[in-house]
Amino acid sequence: MNLDMKILESLDQNAKLTAAELAIMLNEDEKAVEAEIRRMEEELVICGYPTLIDWDKTDRHQVTAMIEVRVTPQRGKGFDDIAERIYQFEEVEAVYLMSGGFDLTVMLRGSSLKSIAEFVSEKLATMDSILSTATHFVLKKYKEHGLTLVNKSEDERMLVTP
Amino acid sequence: MRDPLNPAVVAIKPSGIRKFFDIVSEMKDAISLGVGEPDFPTPYHIREEGIYSLEKAKTHYTSNAGLMELRTEICRFLDRKYHIRYDAKNETLVTVGGSEAIDLAIRAMVCPGEEVIIPQPSYVSYEPCVILTQGVPVTIRLKEEDEFRLTAKDLREAITDKTKLLVLPFPNNPTGAILTEENLKEIAAVCVEKDIFVVSDEIYSELTYDQKHVSIASLPGMRERTIVINGFSKGHAMTGWRLGYACGPKEIIQQMTKIHQFAIMCAPTMSQYAAVDALKNGDEDVAMMRDSYDKRRRFVLHELRDMGLPTFEPFGAFYVFPNVAEFGMTSDAFATKLLEEQKVAIVPGTAFGDCGEGFLRISYAYSHEKLKLALDRLRIFVEHLREEQGKR
Repeated sequence: MNLDMKILESLDQNAKLTAAELAIMLNEDEKAVEAEIRRMEEELVICGYPTLIDWDKTDRHQVTAMIEVRVTPQRGKGFDDIAERIYQFEEVEAVYLMSGGFDLTVMLRGSSLKSIAEFVSEKLATMDSILSTATHFVLKKYKEHGLTLVNKSEDERMLVTP
Repeated sequence: MRDPLNPAVVAIKPSGIRKFFDIVSEMKDAISLGVGEPDFPTPYHIREEGIYSLEKAKTHYTSNAGLMELRTEICRFLDRKYHIRYDAKNETLVTVGGSEAIDLAIRAMVCPGEEVIIPQPSYVSYEPCVILTQGVPVTIRLKEEDEFRLTAKDLREAITDKTKLLVLPFPNNPTGAILTEENLKEIAAVCVEKDIFVVSDEIYSELTYDQKHVSIASLPGMRERTIVINGFSKGHAMTGWRLGYACGPKEIIQQMTKIHQFAIMCAPTMSQYAAVDALKNGDEDVAMMRDSYDKRRRFVLHELRDMGLPTFEPFGAFYVFPNVAEFGMTSDAFATKLLEEQKVAIVPGTAFGDCGEGFLRISYAYSHEKLKLALDRLRIFVEHLREEQGKR
């Protein structure tokens, strides 16, 4: 496996690893690891290092919604223009172009059901090329980014075994 | 009332691990690096297969030697990975963990008074099993300067007219040492020349780093004198399923099967069904886990060397075996003091034989964060000790 893939697989599991730690763990030169990370950051292979937070365990109330959007693609531009108009809103967490019965999935984050409803009815549904929207609210998150959010499993092993 | 007990059993020393375990369990908030099993749960597709077998009411005995389907997969696996070929029907026995297979092999082969060579430090069960057959355990002290490999020279010196069997525990618990093909060839030559049998405990065979495991049974002249022991506990993270196996010449496996038949009947049925899936569809999981251990291995080795503890690079299992002799205390005293002062539980090397004196067994089957925390505490402890000793 190439160095870039080794780094990415490690960071995908744990973004807190430093270049020095990665170099030790991957048996590579620290400078080379640093340079490779910088290159991937510049080329937007690595787009950021957000933290996976379960906001439900905090005082902040937050609502996540998934909105199915049907749009009219524009000549010569397809869906990219309308997607860009949508993803620039800060409330929008993710936008995906989909195959199947609708065109775009828009993931929204808001402080309340009302704020999301307002965003959909005022901002999203009123855009020219948008034909229809269907809003689904997330009730509970079980797993995200490969990690289980509920019932953190304890180390059930005996403390010392041969 | 008469003494109800067999003095031979009473005379067996309890495992050194047990003693340490009792101390650790008293301490609620200790971080342990003392576990000899994977931190991964069994991959879900394997667990699911076990569940499915229960749903389908596969709740009866299997044949004594194990499900034919499982034995067939075991033979395919051994051929594919280590180029050793066995007949699933007559040369393969499914057991309750590798531990049972060790016991059976020793019981089937060792007569009273015959000597069994056991390189140490090594797993805790070989010696008691030999004693229970009234065989005589003969220990070879593996040395740090040999990176805890068994050398042909040491083996030759330990052999007498009474030597029957060599236990070959590599990749090794507790040292993490492996044997190269070159080592094995030299050892094999001695075994053939002196007409000695081998019980090769290869339970960690899937967890080697930088080089692939070689089974001594794959070398010329060795298949007919070797019992290969392996299982699912370490490579496939299936310790609690209690499933292992032994492969070897028909005459020996048949006698082992006889003991197994009377003592155990058969290995747990649901475990056997799950294990079929582990062998058919588990290669990727094993590769992923190996890769993860390898990263932690490098990290732990680097940290230990960085704090000035002489540590040879281990290429197998999930243990490192640092040397703490500089502090002039026994491994036991070191481990106890470390536990008391820094609440880190690390097993003293002496739990695996007297020649583990001066060493610790650190398991790296823990998350990166936990390893980091424990090693930081070990570093503080080591630095304190050095300061104290400098003052004297």
